[in-house]
Amino acid sequence: MSLDTSTSGFGWRAVQVFTVLVYIFMFAPIVVVIVLSFNASQFGGFPMTGFSLHWYAKLMQNESVLRAFQTSLWVAVVTSVVCSVLGILAALALVRYEFPGKEWVNTILIAPALVPETVLGVGLLLLIRFAHQPRTLWLLVLGHIMLALPYVVLVVQARLIGVKRVYEEAARSLGANRFQTFREITLPLIMPAIVASVLLVFTISFDNITASMFWRPSGVETMPTEILSMLKISISPEINALGTLMIVVTVGLPLLGGGLARYLARSAR
Amino acid sequence: MTAAAAVDLRNVTLAYGEFVAVKDVSLSIRKGEFVTLLGPSGCGKTTILRSIAGLVQPTGGEIDVAGRRIDNIPIHKRNIGLVFQNYALFPHKTIFDNIAFGLKYRDVEKSQISAKVTRALEMVRLPGVEKKLPSEMSGGQQQRIALARAIVIEPDVLLLDEPLSALDANLREEMRTELKIIQREVGITTIFVTHDQDEALAMSDRIVVMNKGLIEQVGTPEEVYRRPESRFVASFLGQSNLLPGRVTGVAEGLATVRLDKGHDLVAAAPASLKNDAAVTAIVRAQKVVLGPPDRGGPKGRIISTSYLGGSAAYFVDMGGITLQSIATIDDRVWREGEDVSITIAPADVLLLDEGGHRLK
Repeated sequence: MSLDTSTSGFGWRAVQVFTVLVYIFMFAPIVVVIVLSFNASQFGGFPMTGFSLHWYAKLMQNESVLRAFQTSLWVAVVTSVVCSVLGILAALALVRYEFPGKEWVNTILIAPALVPETVLGVGLLLLIRFAHQPRTLWLLVLGHIMLALPYVVLVVQARLIGVKRVYEEAARSLGANRFQTFREITLPLIMPAIVASVLLVFTISFDNITASMFWRPSGVETMPTEILSMLKISISPEINALGTLMIVVTVGLPLLGGGLARYLARSAR
Repeated sequence: MTAAAAVDLRNVTLAYGEFVAVKDVSLSIRKGEFVTLLGPSGCGKTTILRSIAGLVQPTGGEIDVAGRRIDNIPIHKRNIGLVFQNYALFPHKTIFDNIAFGLKYRDVEKSQISAKVTRALEMVRLPGVEKKLPSEMSGGQQQRIALARAIVIEPDVLLLDEPLSALDANLREEMRTELKIIQREVGITTIFVTHDQDEALAMSDRIVVMNKGLIEQVGTPEEVYRRPESRFVASFLGQSNLLPGRVTGVAEGLATVRLDKGHDLVAAAPASLKNDAAVTAIVRAQKVVLGPPDRGGPKGRIISTSYLGGSAAYFVDMGGITLQSIATIDDRVWREGEDVSITIAPADVLLLDEGGHRLK
């Protein structure tokens, strides 16, 4: 009798085939975009007519794309920084302190993650109209902060609950004040959650399209809205190149962050 | 010695809304003394410890440590050593950084820090582990590191919050001895919180027995064990028989107590004892001596026997009253259903009044 009965037979084979199909379904579109971005053809589709970096070169000369990239990057970085500071403070307050209305504050902070983005988009827009304020880039940033903050609060909160309060009590009994305790004990212990949530926020902001369409000032494009407006004209192979770059940013950044977190964890020893 | 108290609690009260965790507790601890706060969970012992540490704020009273009032200053300025049940070593810091942590916030020179850490590790018999992480150490080792981290800052008082209860039984006894030796060597004033009476009896200079936020009795281990002041102390420490009855006669320093089922028990009479008073007689299980049935005195029958190796615990029926008896095994173990004679020496009987306090 063979030992590996569990990995042979029809059922197992079916699972294998099905798994491969699921992966193909998930990754084929991404692969298509990447492959076609190197296509020499004038048209953004198959067949391939040759390998070329032409579309990347063209992209680099496309000023509106570069401007959109800059805008998206700037919005995402500001959103990440503000969200992590606010999110850490909120999570600390919610986990470590007691105050009246705590449950409500928690619910309200998390709410934007639950409300449909279109509703949020329209809502904020109406509010701004009501307050007679112009649509500026800051509105876009503010909106992204609102969208992404719940994720920081949730991720950091979950980690903070796991960091036992006795560590902080021990540090304080040894002579560290509240701030020193936070810097020396709490912060390093929640650092993995902070890195994770910053990356998450960056991606949420960088990728956002629905809400950004409502909030962006007229004439300003973010990467996703730029791609959408380019698609309205034609399916240019340039879009494939742009898509590939976006994949590199949104996949590469978390990998980089993960590596950084591991490095930090090791050097903290 | 007339030195000022190392730790002085005056009328300390701590209430959480309606619930009063600690009621008007006053306690004075001498320098170098090892004092245990002993009681069941929820008795207020941990709350007192946390009040001294500054982790909770008393709602009334004053706390002095080393002649300085501390209940109104923040934790990190109190100079107190704290050891927790689950060690609370900083998981992201090496053993060296853990122990050096408290020194960083004191004016200690860098060269001095390293020397002090080395000495602290020698003191807890774990030299050379500076570069390890807490996760690489066993539970017992971690607790020693926690102890080293607390004593290296030379605190005015060392507070130990059930430090041995997370360890397994064998290790716990070993650490008990070790902890006591280290405490003696350093000469540090120590307050130890536990619900384990064996730990309390074995380690303490004095035991503070607490119940429901109040101090029931303060005394040496021998005092609280042999001369309990109250019903609670008598029943919490060791195994005792609590026998309600009424005094039927007092003569020549001996009192006769008529127990509920009509038995007479002779007790050494305290001076304040009145004839006809309702009392509770307390007899330690070890003082209920069983003998062959032909020896005279009250008779009984063994209900159950628990063989404990060096000793045996019995439940004996004495005409309707169930007595607990613990005896070292010299010749034989009494078996269930056997008839025995029961002897209780008058000196081994303590009498409590109706309020549950010992008559003197």
